[in-house]
Amino acid sequence: MSECCGPGQPCCGGVPAAVYDYGPTPYTVGQVDTFAGPVPQVATQLSPADARGAVRVRMGIARNDFRVRPGLYAVGRPDDSSQVLVTANYKLSFDTVRSQLDGRDLWLLVLDTNGINVWCAAGKGTFSTSEIVDRVRDVRLEQVVSHTRLVVPQLGATGVAAHEVRAATGFSVVWGPVRADDLPAFLDAGMKATSQMRRVEFPLRERAKLVGVELSVLWRRRTLVVAAVLLLILAATWKLAPALVAPLLTTILVAVLAAVAGAAVAPLLLPWLPGRAFSLKGAVAGLLVITPAYYFVFGVGSVPLWGWGLLAIGVAATSYLAMNFTGSSTYTSPSGVEWEMRRAIPLQALGAVAGVALAIFALVRG
Amino acid sequence: MAGLRYIEEVVTLALDAKLCNGCRQCTMVCPHAVFELVEGRARIADKGACMECGACSRNCAPGAITLKPGVGCAAAIINGWITGGEPSCDC
Repeated sequence: MSECCGPGQPCCGGVPAAVYDYGPTPYTVGQVDTFAGPVPQVATQLSPADARGAVRVRMGIARNDFRVRPGLYAVGRPDDSSQVLVTANYKLSFDTVRSQLDGRDLWLLVLDTNGINVWCAAGKGTFSTSEIVDRVRDVRLEQVVSHTRLVVPQLGATGVAAHEVRAATGFSVVWGPVRADDLPAFLDAGMKATSQMRRVEFPLRERAKLVGVELSVLWRRRTLVVAAVLLLILAATWKLAPALVAPLLTTILVAVLAAVAGAAVAPLLLPWLPGRAFSLKGAVAGLLVITPAYYFVFGVGSVPLWGWGLLAIGVAATSYLAMNFTGSSTYTSPSGVEWEMRRAIPLQALGAVAGVALAIFALVRG
Repeated sequence: MAGLRYIEEVVTLALDAKLCNGCRQCTMVCPHAVFELVEGRARIADKGACMECGACSRNCAPGAITLKPGVGCAAAIINGWITGGEPSCDC
């Protein structure tokens, strides 16, 4: 289970799991009466407010309150023969699902995953067999529909055992497509998924979205504080030790470039960077980004000795940052990541320590 | 997937074909098409593509599939090293 750890996914945000006030539900537009009582009906067109919310999440603002009240919802005017689609109460997932169902009559069973997306919640055990079983009983689903099928997103399978759901509730699980965009085609084909609908990919578009979230860290308060402190140190250095201004400016440059290389360039160029280990891809991305900058700052053949030290630190940092992107990727196994880390971390540490030693040595010697 | 493949040799996935009942769940839940069905029994077709998410083993009623499931995430593994427990992305 990958993808959950990255900053692109909300499970790292420390979402409180306790009592939660879901607030108003602007996504409901009416209600449908059933034998189990009235069921809220959801809009299948997203509102400007929904779109704004999505942008805020991608920018790293508003995250904790981005959840939907769990329970049963109606799409269109469903009846007892309509299909039941299961999803998570992460608002972005919920919005994507309902916007794909325009013009259809279906039931939507929203599980309480603490506002976390399906795949991630399945890995963490909140999108689970027991949550489905409890929710099916809670909404008295057997009184709402006369069939015994639940369409569960395939990525929920990490946390949901179809045979256990069936044993506990009588409902059998039909695995839906990986992507909500494929729901219309899946439903039109009589709930048959093509092999393409079952595959998880990691295309440039997906990686670019995650990079946006990674870079949103740049306008967080902590980053701005660090920048202000650096400016003060720089000003003091200018007065007290003018010889150190150039190394300090270069250090800041290398730090920014390493962050951009590790958090943006490496993820974007992932398929084209050499090797399979993310740490190796990251080291190459670091060289690709920092070396041209050195060319402009120092020119060819005139990089000072401390500059080589800073380069080593920058490449080590980029490698480490890129290695952490394994958590946002969709294809790295934990065994593989651990294998990579046991080899890469000592090398990264060696590079950083050697770089620091070289830079200090060069500056002390003058 | 567009040439994106990870370190393959260390994947912990294993299948005991004798226990397989041919229910096809593994071929449906796997996000990387690791399994195929041959003559009514599951077979590992592409072990190197496995990301150890554990969807197949959880949905294998006869328990024919074994692996060490978890999060393929460096931060989670570091957390596990620090706390001495299981890797966790509760960062």
